[in-house]
Amino acid sequence: MKEYLPARDMDWPLIAITILICGLGVLQIFSATHGTIWQDAWWKQLLWLAAGLVLMWIVTAIDYHTLMAHVVGMYVFSLVLLAAVFLVGRQVFGSTRWIPLPLGFHFQVSEFVKLVIILLVARFMTELKSDSLEIRDLLKIGALVAIPMLLVLKEPDLGTALTYLPILAVGALLAGLNWRYVAAIAVVLVLVLPVAGLYFLKDYQKARLVSFLDPDRDPRGTGYQVIQSKIAVGAGGMWGKGLTKGSQTQLRFLPVPHTDFIFSAFAEERGFAGVVLVLALYFMLLMQIVKNAQTAPDRAGMYICMGIAALLLFHVLVNVGMVVGRIPVTGIPLPLMSAGGSSMLSVFLMLGLVNNVRLRRFVN
Amino acid sequence: MRLLPLDHETQHHAPRKPATRDDPKLSSGRIAVFQYAAVAIFLFLIAGFWDLQVRNPEMYNEMAERNRVKYLPIVAPRGKILDRDGRVIVDNHSSFRVILSREALKMDHLRPIAEGLRLDTDELAAQLRRYRSRPKYEPVVIKQELSPADVAFVESHKDPEFFPEMELIHSQGRVYPQEGVAAHVIGYTGEVSEAELDLPEFAKYNTGDVIGKFGVERQYNDTLMGVDGQRQVVVDNRGREREVIGIKEAIPGKNLQLTIDLDLQAVAELAMEGRNGAVVALDPRTGEVLAMVSRPIFDPNKFSVRIKSADWKSITDDPDHPLMNRAIQAQFAPGSTFKPIMAIAGLETGAIDDTTNFHCGGGASFYGHYHKCWWKPGHGVVALHKGIVNSCDVFFYNVGNRMDIDDIAYYAENAGLGQKTGVDLPHEADGTVPSTKWKIRMFRQKWYPGETISVAIGQGALTVTPIQLARAIGGLAMGGIWHRPHLIKDQPDKPHELELDPENVEKVISGMCGVVNEAGGTGVRAHLPGVEVCGKTGTAQLTSNDYAKSHGAKIKDNAWFVGFAPRKDPEVVVVALFEGGEHGQLAAPIVRDVIKAYFDKKARGGGPLEVLSAATKSATPALARAAVPASEIP
Repeated sequence: MKEYLPARDMDWPLIAITILICGLGVLQIFSATHGTIWQDAWWKQLLWLAAGLVLMWIVTAIDYHTLMAHVVGMYVFSLVLLAAVFLVGRQVFGSTRWIPLPLGFHFQVSEFVKLVIILLVARFMTELKSDSLEIRDLLKIGALVAIPMLLVLKEPDLGTALTYLPILAVGALLAGLNWRYVAAIAVVLVLVLPVAGLYFLKDYQKARLVSFLDPDRDPRGTGYQVIQSKIAVGAGGMWGKGLTKGSQTQLRFLPVPHTDFIFSAFAEERGFAGVVLVLALYFMLLMQIVKNAQTAPDRAGMYICMGIAALLLFHVLVNVGMVVGRIPVTGIPLPLMSAGGSSMLSVFLMLGLVNNVRLRRFVN
Repeated sequence: MRLLPLDHETQHHAPRKPATRDDPKLSSGRIAVFQYAAVAIFLFLIAGFWDLQVRNPEMYNEMAERNRVKYLPIVAPRGKILDRDGRVIVDNHSSFRVILSREALKMDHLRPIAEGLRLDTDELAAQLRRYRSRPKYEPVVIKQELSPADVAFVESHKDPEFFPEMELIHSQGRVYPQEGVAAHVIGYTGEVSEAELDLPEFAKYNTGDVIGKFGVERQYNDTLMGVDGQRQVVVDNRGREREVIGIKEAIPGKNLQLTIDLDLQAVAELAMEGRNGAVVALDPRTGEVLAMVSRPIFDPNKFSVRIKSADWKSITDDPDHPLMNRAIQAQFAPGSTFKPIMAIAGLETGAIDDTTNFHCGGGASFYGHYHKCWWKPGHGVVALHKGIVNSCDVFFYNVGNRMDIDDIAYYAENAGLGQKTGVDLPHEADGTVPSTKWKIRMFRQKWYPGETISVAIGQGALTVTPIQLARAIGGLAMGGIWHRPHLIKDQPDKPHELELDPENVEKVISGMCGVVNEAGGTGVRAHLPGVEVCGKTGTAQLTSNDYAKSHGAKIKDNAWFVGFAPRKDPEVVVVALFEGGEHGQLAAPIVRDVIKAYFDKKARGGGPLEVLSAATKSATPALARAAVPASEIP
């Protein structure tokens, strides 16, 4: 059948919120990088925003069912790319996450694997022919998600690897996983994670965890970032120091104030008022996505939207929680605000998928 | 794994199957769970911001300020020390010190920092512990007078990835004359110690302050020490200065002009080379100290900040006690140099007059003890003048025999013996003038007249310091006016005066003139052509000869000479103590050299010797040697 997808059916409130968040992000990137070697990051971010919007529109054009039909190939291709990272990847700060592209771009494979996982989980859950998710099926999809996750973990990039989990978790929740299983899994995780952590975490990851629990113990080492971030946030007060006026940001006491710690730079310069505004925007964005899940024409569409919502919520929780010292430092970007092309494009791809689902809500 | 191909048709069948599980509405309950979770998560995050930004913004603001603003000390240069002609004796040189911020300090950095700066790790840790009671923002000076290698180490390691707690501070180091010239007068500086901080004198200083510890540096520390300033700078995370927001300039210390004359000082240093003892030259008219030498010397440059423990050990373990300023601290029997005081006491009390004579047969018995004269053959019939010129012991035994010990003590004490002269240097010693009261106080015993006999020739319990003796003889030569010796020019001072019969004074001075200028005088080696030098030798036993013999020890007598010139209206009085010099005659040339230098300079019109203007860098005996004609060197 020939689809007619009118532009007015796009989720314009969602797009408006997105652009608003991005705009605040671009300003903050400018403030945090002017006069440094990253000073052109703000207009690059604008370019990514533009590219993201285009990409989002392109993605809406391909029916998500078609995408799901090709998910096996995409999944295999993902694994190949992740493996390729180890062969041709560029090492930055001791971990290998990027594949070099022409024109000096670098492609962070793990960001785009998120999309594949979202589609994979959506398809898997859709094809279950029962109303509740059996443990057997959960283990199957869990294994499928675990393979790319372990590869990413190996880069090492704990933060990004962990982002695959909420997709799976929400998928399982919506697929009707028995609450008893949910409880059982929670108990097992609580008991097993600390032990597993001891064996599998790298030393610096353990150090981050320790410094999260007690940042003052090592004020110049791994606790440094957390302390400096909290100082920046606290110093911002109610109304903030004003754009380009935050000493923690401007004098670079704050680590990477335009990427992972952009929100502490924002909190310092815009204050609690700005924080509440942006968090409200994120919340609205999420609720908008959830709304699209509720109006999705089928379970597949719902799984896609909810997977995306879960992923973004997780990103916001971990990044912003880290900024206020309530979540250990894992180094994942804040969607739509942190400078960086891979993160921007992957978020816009996801928003494209949301619109994709939305545009087809009356199709059947 | 096997994924079923997606069946597009199912979607079209969906509406027709009433309870199809592809109805997204089925999950609405679970979507609500997600929504509640999202609300909870956002509240959790906002609570985090509330905590930091609304409840405690002041605390974090303060922490941000402390990150941003650094207070760096501006070290105030110490005042220079000049001689009476304005020549620099002690100068400063530009140097660096490294301070450690205790706020940023990581304890495991201590060892590499100590190694990099070649410090002892344990000593550094101990030093930091001493600061425990001080506020955290106060930095610790861990090394001063950095070598170029140290500076390079700090410069290359103060970045955040190494030891950001280090900071390089520009400062001023002390440059003392080489070879210890005037070392005991000048003293040295050093970091205030824990023990010193407990003294009221040092209470106003803080740990890490460099203060004067000895000599003039200590006495006039408040004048010399400036007030450190402070720079308030904005720094980035690498400690690089971005902006200066406040500056409190340092107030430099004031220069200090001493009464010391480098020309005389150099000559006196030279004359004492290779000997232990002291030389003090005073202007008896004012009490100004023109030269002060103590031997052996130490090198104050080694002390300038923190002395190496090996150096400290070698100095403190030296049996000759180089840190002792013998000019004001050595308390020795004056021996025959006491005889002029004895003579004036005898004349003034009427115990003798200038015609009173006694027979010297090489010794005499008093109270059942035989006392020898230093001249075994005996001096024959001796009156006052000859008694002084030949330093006849028997004559003065008899003078003493006629006098009460308290009368002797009266004149000795009026001349300033047995008490601090009040010279403006720390650690001055008292000396001892025995008297009946003294005996009772010290020994709870009465005075035996037999003891007076020894005191009469400057032995027994009598001890003086070189500066006391110089002042006593100088004041006597002035006719009974004793000024307080001092090292700083233009100090108003009320001299101590004792009414003496000018004729009696003249009789004593006549004898002292004979000592130097008459054939057979014991001090003819102090003779100078063209200047009437008066003086008195002294050969003082450190302990009784009996004691020395019984212990088989060979203890050499101390040689003294005290001289002044000119005979009328004296301008300079010089005392020389030559420890173990055996005979006062051997101390006479030292005094002569200094007096000669004084009058040579006067003849030049008071101009300083040009060659000594370079004293700052090397007021060395070698230079002094060049300043004195070779023929005059003894």
